[in-house]
Amino acid sequence: MKRLIVSPSPHVHSGDSVKKNMYGVVIAMIPALAASVWFFGIGALVVTLTSVLACVLFEHLIQRFILKKPTTITDGSAIVTGILLAFNLPTNIPLALIIIGAAVAIGMGKMSFGGLGQNPFNPALVGRVFLLISYPVQMTSWPKPIDSRFSYLDAETGATPLSIMKEGLITGKPFSEVLAEVPSYLELFLGVMGGSAGEIAGVALMIGLIYMLVKKIITWHIPVAVIGSVLVFTGVLHLVDSNAYASPLFHLLTGGLLLGAIFMATDYSSSPMATSGMILYGVGIGVITVLIRVWGAYPEGISFAILIMNAFVPLIDKYMKPKHFGEKVAAKKA
Amino acid sequence: MSVVLITIVSLAGLGAIAAMILFAASKKFQVFEDPRIDEVEEVLPATNCGGCGLPGCRAFAEALVKADDISSMNCPVGGADTMNAVASILGKEAGTAIPMVAVVRCNGSCEHAPKTTNYQGAQTCAVVSALYGGETGCAFGCDGLGDCVASCKFDAMYMDDETGLPVIIEENCVACGACIDACPKNIIELRKKGPKSRRIFVSCVNKDKGAPAKKACAVACIGCSKCFKICPHDAIEMKDNHAYIDYEKCKLCRKCVPECPTKAIHEINFPPPKPKVKKEEPETTPAD
Amino acid sequence: MLKTFSLGGVHPAENKLSAAKATEILPVPAEVVIPICQHIGAPGTPVVKKGDEVKVGQVIAQSSGFVSANIHSPVSGKVFKIDDILDASGYKRQAIIIKTEGDEWMADIDRSDSIRKGITLSSEEIIKRVGEAGIVGSGGATFPAHVKLSPPPGKTCEVLILNGVECEPYLTSDHRLMLEKGEEMLVGVSLLMKALFVDRAIIGIENNKQDAIEHIRKLVASYNGITVQPLKVQYPQGGEKQLIDACIGRQVPSGKLPIEVGAVVFNVGTAYAVYEAVQKNKPKIDRIVTVTGLSVKNPGNFLVRIGTPISALIEAVGGLPEDTGKVIAGGPMMGKALASLDAPVTKGTSGVLIVPEKIASRGKTEYCIRCSKCVSACPMGLSPYLLMTLAEKEIHDRAEEEKIMDCMECGSCSFTCPSNRPLLDYIRLGKGKVGQIMRSRIK
Repeated sequence: MKRLIVSPSPHVHSGDSVKKNMYGVVIAMIPALAASVWFFGIGALVVTLTSVLACVLFEHLIQRFILKKPTTITDGSAIVTGILLAFNLPTNIPLALIIIGAAVAIGMGKMSFGGLGQNPFNPALVGRVFLLISYPVQMTSWPKPIDSRFSYLDAETGATPLSIMKEGLITGKPFSEVLAEVPSYLELFLGVMGGSAGEIAGVALMIGLIYMLVKKIITWHIPVAVIGSVLVFTGVLHLVDSNAYASPLFHLLTGGLLLGAIFMATDYSSSPMATSGMILYGVGIGVITVLIRVWGAYPEGISFAILIMNAFVPLIDKYMKPKHFGEKVAAKKA
Repeated sequence: MSVVLITIVSLAGLGAIAAMILFAASKKFQVFEDPRIDEVEEVLPATNCGGCGLPGCRAFAEALVKADDISSMNCPVGGADTMNAVASILGKEAGTAIPMVAVVRCNGSCEHAPKTTNYQGAQTCAVVSALYGGETGCAFGCDGLGDCVASCKFDAMYMDDETGLPVIIEENCVACGACIDACPKNIIELRKKGPKSRRIFVSCVNKDKGAPAKKACAVACIGCSKCFKICPHDAIEMKDNHAYIDYEKCKLCRKCVPECPTKAIHEINFPPPKPKVKKEEPETTPAD
Repeated sequence: MLKTFSLGGVHPAENKLSAAKATEILPVPAEVVIPICQHIGAPGTPVVKKGDEVKVGQVIAQSSGFVSANIHSPVSGKVFKIDDILDASGYKRQAIIIKTEGDEWMADIDRSDSIRKGITLSSEEIIKRVGEAGIVGSGGATFPAHVKLSPPPGKTCEVLILNGVECEPYLTSDHRLMLEKGEEMLVGVSLLMKALFVDRAIIGIENNKQDAIEHIRKLVASYNGITVQPLKVQYPQGGEKQLIDACIGRQVPSGKLPIEVGAVVFNVGTAYAVYEAVQKNKPKIDRIVTVTGLSVKNPGNFLVRIGTPISALIEAVGGLPEDTGKVIAGGPMMGKALASLDAPVTKGTSGVLIVPEKIASRGKTEYCIRCSKCVSACPMGLSPYLLMTLAEKEIHDRAEEEKIMDCMECGSCSFTCPSNRPLLDYIRLGKGKVGQIMRSRIK
């Protein structure tokens, strides 16, 4: 007779896999990528392709020749990191910088900790922040949307709404004049503004979020906590003095908030495990983002906010445990 | 100028106060520790293997200093040299521990014990043995997933890919007993290393009756008692359909070895048998 | 919104292939193998010896403690031998082997099909009968029923909950029982209510068994205090603590029994067995077993005698399919993979599931990607990823703090893990070790 398989229960599996999750994230990023190509043209394509290829290549090389293990590039996580890194870069950035960013993201951010699942920080953000600090000029010159579709390095540049805001407040311009310079809410929602490759089109990022929620790749907790806390915090500020602080909607639609909340903060290995922890983590990101945006030196703070909260994840995991079954009644009796 | 002076004076003052506090604290909270503990720990091998039965070398050193009689205590890693060194530090008498070595008592390789099922699950013997009898028909035999090898801190074990059984590298084995605790089937045993490392043991722990044991594994001990009957030294014990050779009593005469119908009795490190002088040998070897 | 339990849970493909198949009676086998331990607790003590003539329903092994159960002969014939046999897991267990001769029943067993509704016995007498009849929980946990019917002093039961959930995929034995023996089952429920001095009973049934919900609803109209509670399909709703949470919204605290919140849970199959024992004087000698699988020719439900070899059940559905990879006693989530098909049906065997090799094979284990899906799937609110690591690294004190003993081994974590990590394998191992440590502390 044929040898029967014996294993401990359970004997069936959901069929979920690392690949399904990773490629699911890639699919969820397609609308944002399409929007990026629509607004920034060939620049967006060149940056994304370079970044993905570089990330995959670095992961392969490190895995093969330094760690001497079978390559892991097929699991799709390097592709996700590559796209996310590209989404965080201006579309007129020189190729060399993208490759440096990819090397830092994969090498320092991910593989030095042991690869997928072990990295305490979001690799793409490690790459992005490294570039932002090392090459501040190249990293903060943003091509104008639509106008510069057919140019890459020589694209005409402009400011992002957030930098217009920061600039205006520093130079002491009247708030109404500053507001007149930034695009309308509808434009912001659709993505007609300067910014990094993937962060501009709010509507496209929202589609990605819905896709990931439907496919159960992520849960709602982190994105909702980040966005909600930003809305509440900026809303309070706006109510206190609407002539000094922009409206919550402006904060929601500008900069990398949506990209960060939906795709960066939800990175599996650098986010907490329990839902209560996820909410604390999300609120932390939201609050730090607003602090940097409103009072910090940088116009945008989501990248730093996520990296700072990443550092707290082990602590959050230690103290924020899921609610145990049976605590409900015990609490009632006590 | 006065700034410099004030700085120097105040810092010196601070330093003096801190020094006093530290001095007072160190006096008040001092714990007396026998300095011999450090000395003893120095000569121990610092492997923290737990082979002495205590958690780590420091604990063993403390126990040695505390004990009145250390003759029953032994560091399996250091052996007699270490224990003599300890004894001279403490002025106590060291025991004469017999050198031991770990022995794998299963020969159920893929060839001898054909697999009857296909295990898929966590790759550790602990999980398999808790779940069921194992991949072969023998519920007593080696699961072959190497929990013992993982527990060995001295590189004294490896899994033989061909047989699927663990192998002990005698030179490295310090008889710490970690593999014995790791094996859920109690297959590994510490046995006397023996003169010239010669040993005889039953390489099977199957407690089934003869027929099912033989069916599951070609080299199982079938409990036929042939070895028991031939042993001139009363060293073999029959229990639960299974023979066990008491290494204290065994004189290594090897009479039992050819007697075993399933070749379950193994002799190790003996010179290759010479058929002609075979009859004389039993008398010559147990001289030691 | 339909009720369900509050934490975690998964939804495996239901695959209730045999739901519409009426129960068939399987012929009495030529030889039965009766393990003397078919329940949680102390094994029974054999009271027959080799060569003894036995009748159907005769006690062959006596309960040997408070948590133990009598075992009765399911056939008439001669005791062939009392010996160690290989059980489902390939380990030796003592068993009584009987060669069947004819089918002669004990005289006091009522074999008629008529339904006896009137309850004449007192509470103590009911519990005594249940104990004598060797009834154990038929859902799979096999906890002796008479023990559950005797709540510890100081605790009172407020509500009886009947488990008709059958949350395990594939299995349909409880479903068929509710459809075919609904009336008898309800008399059994009334008996249990009387034994426990409660006036309220809730029958929890998952919403994928509409016909059973309607059928039982119609029948309960003539019983006082019994209601049917439809539940949302969610695994592991059949877990005792989950079912109580789903039905009455109370959570049993960690390490406590359901009686702590005033509930006692029985499987619907157990209620039916109680009816048979008390009203018909028939001990636990047979049960309904679902025999099913995706490539099985003719999946079905069978009334079989305890001790029938599982291979006989497989023959009844058309033999083992070509692509068989695994045969499971029980459901796919908590059942036990069989090492040998000679293993017998026991009181706890709710199904025999034949899984094709493609589905049965486990995927390659990859690194934990910290996706937290196991945490959200765990119905007990534990952190499986952490418990696995703690068990693997043998950090038992931390595992105990993390409430590893609360794990009910439902398998939702391993089921859901995208990296195919053997979470439950290690957690179960850790539970065993932590349990040992806790017991040694008491001593």
